Amino acid sequence: MIPIQHFLVLGAILFALGVYGVLARRSAVLILMSVELMLQAVSINFIAFAAYLAPQEFRGLIFAIFVITIAAAEVGLALAIILRLFRNRATANVDEVDTLRW
Amino acid sequence: MEDVGSVVAFWALAVVTLGAALVTALVRDLVRAVVALVVSFLGVAGLFVLLSADFLGVAQALIYAGAIPVLIVFAIVLTPRAARDNAETGMRWPALVLAGALAGLVIAVAVATDWGDGAREGFRETASAIGEALLNRYVLPFEVASVLLLAAMLGAIVLVRED
Repeated sequence: MIPIQHFLVLGAILFALGVYGVLARRSAVLILMSVELMLQAVSINFIAFAAYLAPQEFRGLIFAIFVITIAAAEVGLALAIILRLFRNRATANVDEVDTLRW
Repeated sequence: MEDVGSVVAFWALAVVTLGAALVTALVRDLVRAVVALVVSFLGVAGLFVLLSADFLGVAQALIYAGAIPVLIVFAIVLTPRAARDNAETGMRWPALVLAGALAGLVIAVAVATDWGDGAREGFRETASAIGEALLNRYVLPFEVASVLLLAAMLGAIVLVRED
Protein backbone atom coordinates (compact mmCIF):
# COMPACT_ATOMS: atom_id res chain seq x y z
CA MET A 1 0.00 0.00 0.00
CA ILE A 2 1.20 3.45 -0.88
CA PRO A 3 1.97 5.57 2.19
CA ILE A 4 0.48 9.05 2.32
CA GLN A 5 3.96 10.56 2.32
CA HIS A 6 4.41 9.57 -1.33
CA PHE A 7 1.48 11.75 -2.34
CA LEU A 8 2.61 14.62 -0.10
CA VAL A 9 6.15 14.58 -1.50
CA LEU A 10 4.76 14.48 -5.03
CA GLY A 11 2.56 17.48 -4.24
CA ALA A 12 5.52 19.35 -2.70
CA ILE A 13 7.70 18.82 -5.79
CA LEU A 14 4.86 19.85 -8.11
CA PHE A 15 4.28 22.98 -6.01
CA ALA A 16 7.98 23.85 -6.08
CA LEU A 17 8.04 23.51 -9.88
CA GLY A 18 5.11 25.93 -9.99
CA VAL A 19 6.89 28.37 -7.66
CA TYR A 20 9.98 28.28 -9.84
CA GLY A 21 7.86 28.91 -12.94
CA VAL A 22 6.05 31.86 -11.39
CA LEU A 23 9.27 33.50 -10.21
CA ALA A 24 11.59 32.80 -13.13
CA ARG A 25 9.44 33.03 -16.27
CA ARG A 26 8.89 36.16 -18.31
CA SER A 27 5.77 35.40 -20.27
CA ALA A 28 2.51 36.05 -18.43
CA VAL A 29 0.97 32.98 -20.07
CA LEU A 30 3.76 30.76 -18.72
CA ILE A 31 3.33 32.29 -15.27
CA LEU A 32 -0.37 31.45 -15.47
CA MET A 33 0.44 27.84 -16.35
CA SER A 34 2.79 27.63 -13.38
CA VAL A 35 0.03 28.91 -11.10
CA GLU A 36 -2.13 26.08 -12.41
CA LEU A 37 0.61 23.61 -11.48
CA MET A 38 0.61 24.98 -7.93
CA LEU A 39 -3.18 24.62 -7.71
CA GLN A 40 -2.82 21.03 -8.89
CA ALA A 41 -0.33 20.29 -6.14
CA VAL A 42 -2.75 21.68 -3.56
CA SER A 43 -5.57 19.53 -4.97
CA ILE A 44 -3.41 16.41 -4.70
CA ASN A 45 -2.74 17.21 -1.04
CA PHE A 46 -6.42 17.86 -0.29
CA ILE A 47 -7.53 14.58 -1.82
CA ALA A 48 -4.69 12.59 -0.25
CA PHE A 49 -5.55 13.95 3.19
CA ALA A 50 -9.24 13.26 2.64
CA ALA A 51 -8.61 9.70 1.44
CA TYR A 52 -6.12 8.77 4.17
CA LEU A 53 -7.23 10.68 7.24
CA ALA A 54 -11.01 11.09 7.02
CA PRO A 55 -12.51 8.93 4.27
CA GLN A 56 -15.98 9.07 5.81
CA GLU A 57 -16.15 12.83 5.34
CA PHE A 58 -15.71 14.46 2.00
CA ARG A 59 -14.21 17.78 2.99
CA GLY A 60 -11.05 17.30 0.95
CA LEU A 61 -13.04 16.44 -2.15
CA ILE A 62 -15.30 19.46 -1.67
CA PHE A 63 -12.23 21.68 -1.31
CA ALA A 64 -10.72 20.19 -4.47
CA ILE A 65 -13.93 20.92 -6.36
CA PHE A 66 -13.77 24.53 -5.25
CA VAL A 67 -10.10 24.69 -6.26
CA ILE A 68 -11.10 23.56 -9.75
CA THR A 69 -13.89 26.17 -9.83
CA ILE A 70 -11.58 28.98 -8.73
CA ALA A 71 -8.98 27.88 -11.26
CA ALA A 72 -11.51 28.08 -14.09
CA ALA A 73 -12.57 31.60 -13.07
CA GLU A 74 -8.95 32.62 -12.57
CA VAL A 75 -7.82 31.42 -15.99
CA GLY A 76 -10.66 33.23 -17.73
CA LEU A 77 -9.92 36.52 -15.98
CA ALA A 78 -6.15 36.23 -16.29
CA LEU A 79 -6.39 35.62 -20.02
CA ALA A 80 -8.66 38.63 -20.40
CA ILE A 81 -6.07 40.72 -18.56
CA ILE A 82 -3.26 39.33 -20.74
CA LEU A 83 -5.21 40.17 -23.91
CA ARG A 84 -5.87 43.68 -22.62
CA LEU A 85 -2.20 44.07 -21.74
CA PHE A 86 -1.17 42.89 -25.18
CA ARG A 87 -3.54 45.34 -26.82
CA ASN A 88 -2.22 48.26 -24.79
CA ARG A 89 1.50 47.50 -24.64
CA ALA A 90 2.06 44.97 -27.49
CA THR A 91 3.78 42.62 -25.09
CA ALA A 92 2.77 39.80 -22.77
CA ASN A 93 6.05 39.73 -20.86
CA VAL A 94 5.73 40.86 -17.29
CA ASP A 95 9.18 42.45 -17.12
CA GLU A 96 8.31 44.91 -19.91
CA VAL A 97 5.28 46.18 -18.05
CA ASP A 98 7.19 48.53 -15.80
CA THR A 99 5.26 51.81 -15.84
CA LEU A 100 4.94 51.76 -12.06
CA ARG A 101 8.59 50.87 -11.55
CA TRP A 102 10.54 53.53 -9.74
CA MET B 1 -4.78 -1.34 -2.27
CA GLU B 2 -2.37 -4.06 -1.30
CA ASP B 3 -1.58 -5.13 -4.80
CA VAL B 4 1.49 -4.36 -6.85
CA GLY B 5 -0.59 -2.79 -9.59
CA SER B 6 -1.48 0.33 -7.66
CA VAL B 7 2.15 0.85 -6.63
CA VAL B 8 3.29 0.55 -10.24
CA ALA B 9 0.46 2.88 -11.30
CA PHE B 10 1.48 5.42 -8.65
CA TRP B 11 5.11 5.54 -9.77
CA ALA B 12 4.20 5.68 -13.46
CA LEU B 13 1.71 8.50 -12.86
CA ALA B 14 4.15 10.33 -10.60
CA VAL B 15 6.92 10.19 -13.21
CA VAL B 16 4.56 11.34 -15.98
CA THR B 17 3.10 14.17 -13.88
CA LEU B 18 6.40 15.50 -12.58
CA GLY B 19 8.20 15.08 -15.92
CA ALA B 20 5.50 16.97 -17.79
CA ALA B 21 5.43 19.66 -15.07
CA LEU B 22 9.20 20.01 -15.37
CA VAL B 23 8.86 20.49 -19.13
CA THR B 24 6.16 23.12 -18.53
CA ALA B 25 8.36 24.98 -16.08
CA LEU B 26 11.47 24.93 -18.26
CA VAL B 27 10.58 24.89 -21.96
CA ARG B 28 10.58 28.18 -23.87
CA ASP B 29 8.03 27.38 -26.55
CA LEU B 30 4.55 28.29 -25.32
CA VAL B 31 2.67 25.64 -27.30
CA ARG B 32 4.99 22.90 -26.07
CA ALA B 33 4.45 24.14 -22.54
CA VAL B 34 0.66 23.83 -22.99
CA VAL B 35 0.94 20.28 -24.32
CA ALA B 36 3.16 19.28 -21.39
CA LEU B 37 0.68 20.96 -19.05
CA VAL B 38 -2.16 18.81 -20.46
CA VAL B 39 -0.07 15.66 -19.92
CA SER B 40 0.62 16.75 -16.34
CA PHE B 41 -3.08 17.41 -15.69
CA LEU B 42 -4.01 13.98 -17.03
CA GLY B 43 -1.40 12.43 -14.75
CA VAL B 44 -2.94 14.23 -11.79
CA ALA B 45 -6.39 12.98 -12.88
CA GLY B 46 -4.98 9.45 -12.82
CA LEU B 47 -3.63 10.07 -9.32
CA PHE B 48 -7.09 11.18 -8.20
CA VAL B 49 -8.56 7.94 -9.53
CA LEU B 50 -5.79 6.06 -7.74
CA LEU B 51 -6.90 7.78 -4.53
CA SER B 52 -10.40 6.41 -5.28
CA ALA B 53 -11.75 9.90 -5.94
CA ASP B 54 -13.18 8.91 -9.31
CA PHE B 55 -15.57 11.85 -9.71
CA LEU B 56 -12.75 14.33 -9.11
CA GLY B 57 -10.58 12.48 -11.61
CA VAL B 58 -13.19 12.83 -14.34
CA ALA B 59 -13.86 16.48 -13.45
CA GLN B 60 -10.11 17.09 -13.55
CA ALA B 61 -9.78 15.49 -16.97
CA LEU B 62 -12.74 17.46 -18.35
CA ILE B 63 -12.06 20.89 -16.87
CA TYR B 64 -8.31 21.04 -16.36
CA ALA B 65 -7.12 18.88 -19.24
CA GLY B 66 -9.97 19.90 -21.54
CA ALA B 67 -11.21 23.44 -21.03
CA ILE B 68 -8.31 25.36 -19.49
CA PRO B 69 -5.74 24.46 -22.21
CA VAL B 70 -8.22 25.65 -24.85
CA LEU B 71 -8.35 29.06 -23.14
CA ILE B 72 -4.56 29.18 -22.86
CA VAL B 73 -4.14 28.27 -26.53
CA PHE B 74 -6.56 31.08 -27.36
CA ALA B 75 -4.38 33.48 -25.41
CA ILE B 76 -1.24 32.26 -27.19
CA VAL B 77 -2.84 32.61 -30.61
CA LEU B 78 -4.27 36.05 -29.86
CA THR B 79 -0.94 37.42 -28.63
CA PRO B 80 1.14 36.64 -31.72
CA ARG B 81 4.46 38.25 -30.86
CA ALA B 82 4.35 37.15 -27.25
CA ALA B 83 6.02 33.83 -27.97
CA ARG B 84 9.45 35.36 -28.58
CA ASP B 85 12.05 36.08 -25.94
CA ASN B 86 10.90 33.65 -23.30
CA ALA B 87 14.24 33.29 -21.60
CA GLU B 88 14.21 33.14 -17.85
CA THR B 89 14.52 36.40 -15.96
CA GLY B 90 17.52 37.35 -13.86
CA MET B 91 15.63 35.90 -10.91
CA ARG B 92 16.34 32.39 -12.15
CA TRP B 93 18.83 31.31 -9.50
CA PRO B 94 17.06 32.93 -6.53
CA ALA B 95 13.84 31.32 -7.78
CA LEU B 96 15.57 27.95 -8.01
CA VAL B 97 16.94 28.28 -4.48
CA LEU B 98 13.60 29.40 -3.08
CA ALA B 99 11.64 26.63 -4.82
CA GLY B 100 14.17 24.04 -3.68
CA ALA B 101 14.07 25.30 -0.10
CA LEU B 102 10.27 25.27 -0.12
CA ALA B 103 10.12 21.72 -1.48
CA GLY B 104 12.73 20.59 1.06
CA LEU B 105 10.83 22.15 3.95
CA VAL B 106 7.47 20.67 2.95
CA ILE B 107 8.98 17.24 2.27
CA ALA B 108 10.80 17.27 5.61
CA VAL B 109 7.57 18.09 7.45
CA ALA B 110 5.58 15.49 5.49
CA VAL B 111 8.13 12.77 6.23
CA ALA B 112 8.66 13.72 9.89
CA THR B 113 4.97 13.90 10.80
CA ASP B 114 3.22 10.84 12.17
CA TRP B 115 0.19 10.30 9.96
CA GLY B 116 -1.27 7.48 12.03
CA ASP B 117 -1.31 3.88 10.94
CA GLY B 118 -2.14 4.86 7.38
CA ALA B 119 -5.01 2.39 7.23
CA ARG B 120 -7.35 3.78 4.64
CA GLU B 121 -10.38 2.28 3.11
CA GLY B 122 -10.90 4.86 0.38
CA PHE B 123 -14.14 6.51 -0.58
CA ARG B 124 -17.34 4.77 -1.48
CA GLU B 125 -19.62 6.31 -4.13
CA THR B 126 -17.99 9.71 -4.26
CA ALA B 127 -20.39 11.24 -6.80
CA SER B 128 -23.60 10.88 -4.79
CA ALA B 129 -21.88 11.79 -1.51
CA ILE B 130 -20.33 14.92 -3.05
CA GLY B 131 -23.68 15.94 -4.49
CA GLU B 132 -25.37 15.55 -1.14
CA ALA B 133 -22.63 17.43 0.70
CA LEU B 134 -22.66 20.28 -1.82
CA LEU B 135 -26.42 20.79 -1.54
CA ASN B 136 -26.69 20.31 2.21
CA ARG B 137 -23.76 21.30 4.31
CA TYR B 138 -21.79 23.27 1.73
CA VAL B 139 -24.69 24.94 -0.04
CA LEU B 140 -23.51 28.47 0.83
CA PRO B 141 -20.01 28.10 -0.69
CA PHE B 142 -21.65 26.34 -3.63
CA GLU B 143 -23.85 29.35 -4.32
CA VAL B 144 -20.99 31.78 -3.72
CA ALA B 145 -18.94 29.83 -6.26
CA SER B 146 -21.69 30.20 -8.87
CA VAL B 147 -21.84 33.96 -8.24
CA LEU B 148 -18.03 34.05 -8.51
CA LEU B 149 -18.13 32.27 -11.88
CA LEU B 150 -20.77 34.70 -13.14
CA ALA B 151 -18.72 37.68 -11.97
CA ALA B 152 -15.58 36.27 -13.58
CA MET B 153 -17.41 35.74 -16.86
CA LEU B 154 -18.79 39.30 -16.86
CA GLY B 155 -15.41 40.67 -15.83
CA ALA B 156 -13.65 38.88 -18.67
CA ILE B 157 -16.17 40.21 -21.19
CA VAL B 158 -15.89 43.78 -19.87
CA LEU B 159 -12.08 43.63 -19.84
CA VAL B 160 -11.64 42.60 -23.47
CA ARG B 161 -14.49 44.64 -24.92
CA GLU B 162 -13.49 47.15 -27.57
CA ASP B 163 -14.23 50.66 -26.40
